[in-house]
Amino acid sequence: MMKIFVRTFVFFSVILAASVAAAVDYGVVQADKSTITFTSRQMGVPVQGRFPKFTTHIAFDPARPEAAKVDISIDLSAIDAGSGDANDEVVGKQWFNVRMFPVANFTSSAVKAIGAGRFEVTGPLTIKGKAVPVTAAFTFKVDGANGIFDGGFILKRIDFAIGEGPWADVSTVANEVQINFHVLAAAASTKTK
Amino acid sequence: MNAPRYSGVAIGLHWLVGLMILSSFGVGLYMVDLSLSPIKLRLYSWHKWAGVTIFMLVLIRFLWRLSHAAPTLPNDMPRWQRVAAEASHYLLYAMMIAIPLSGWLMSSAKGFQTVYFGVMPIPDLLQKNKELGETLALVHQTLNFTMIGIVIVHAAAAFKHHFIDKDDILRRMLPGRQKSPSPTSINQI
Repeated sequence: MMKIFVRTFVFFSVILAASVAAAVDYGVVQADKSTITFTSRQMGVPVQGRFPKFTTHIAFDPARPEAAKVDISIDLSAIDAGSGDANDEVVGKQWFNVRMFPVANFTSSAVKAIGAGRFEVTGPLTIKGKAVPVTAAFTFKVDGANGIFDGGFILKRIDFAIGEGPWADVSTVANEVQINFHVLAAAASTKTK
Repeated sequence: MNAPRYSGVAIGLHWLVGLMILSSFGVGLYMVDLSLSPIKLRLYSWHKWAGVTIFMLVLIRFLWRLSHAAPTLPNDMPRWQRVAAEASHYLLYAMMIAIPLSGWLMSSAKGFQTVYFGVMPIPDLLQKNKELGETLALVHQTLNFTMIGIVIVHAAAAFKHHFIDKDDILRRMLPGRQKSPSPTSINQI
């Protein structure tokens, strides 16, 4: 009887291990081929910007999205807000206050498939000491050995006090800032063998 | 024989565009040295909207001018003054076209699209390019100071005609009821 239990256990363990082994985990982020960009609106004028320095840790298997984990840290001092004037301004106290809060962080708490090759990641986004839950939709595509994540969400800057004092007036600089990310990650090959 | 006065449309457009140009010039001069603030962003947008409006009004003026000849200059006016008057009017038209265009191109090169009244995006002809943006800013500024120089000469000449020569040159661009032509200002046969 005991033998049967052991055999069954071994059998299922092997099956489980095999299924894990078959999974492809896209986790080796290629920083130089990944971008986080944003579009703010000033007086109705869309202005492009980007966060050139960030680190991303991803564990993502398209077959098991609910097990995925994402962690993104952005170095805010490197922000390019679209012009020299703006770059000097937005690192200041009223905007990101990078001296006090140099990093923005997003950690996923849940990832789910929403159909048609689309996914949704939810989790707290922490900027300027304020953690606000955000949800971003993204697509995932396989390109050779790489996986490409493309997605975005609308950040409401006032939720994080990005732009205080006179800048809190959303009629000049809109509250809604479109954030877009394009992340290229290679498959972690060790697990497939 | 041309009319002794400018038409009502020409007079209206002249003063409207003139006023808008002077206001935009003043706002432009003031806004560039402001440190970044919501006020600065607003002034820039208003300045651009005014520029687009001036550009369109100038096109209308130009078409109107082509189809409605300006009143002739007094016969006793020296030739150099006629040439100077002609040249400065052509130059002013050229400036009124070139200045809004240079502003729009500069704005595109600096990475800020012009969105008329915040709702109507005007396509960018140029890609974002820092060096080109700075060059165009210099072009925009130089054209503006040149234009203001010509405007000063233009206004000074009008005052000279009005107060020294005491002719109808300024009056024919002023709104008001058409005065019966005075015997001295019209060429009688």
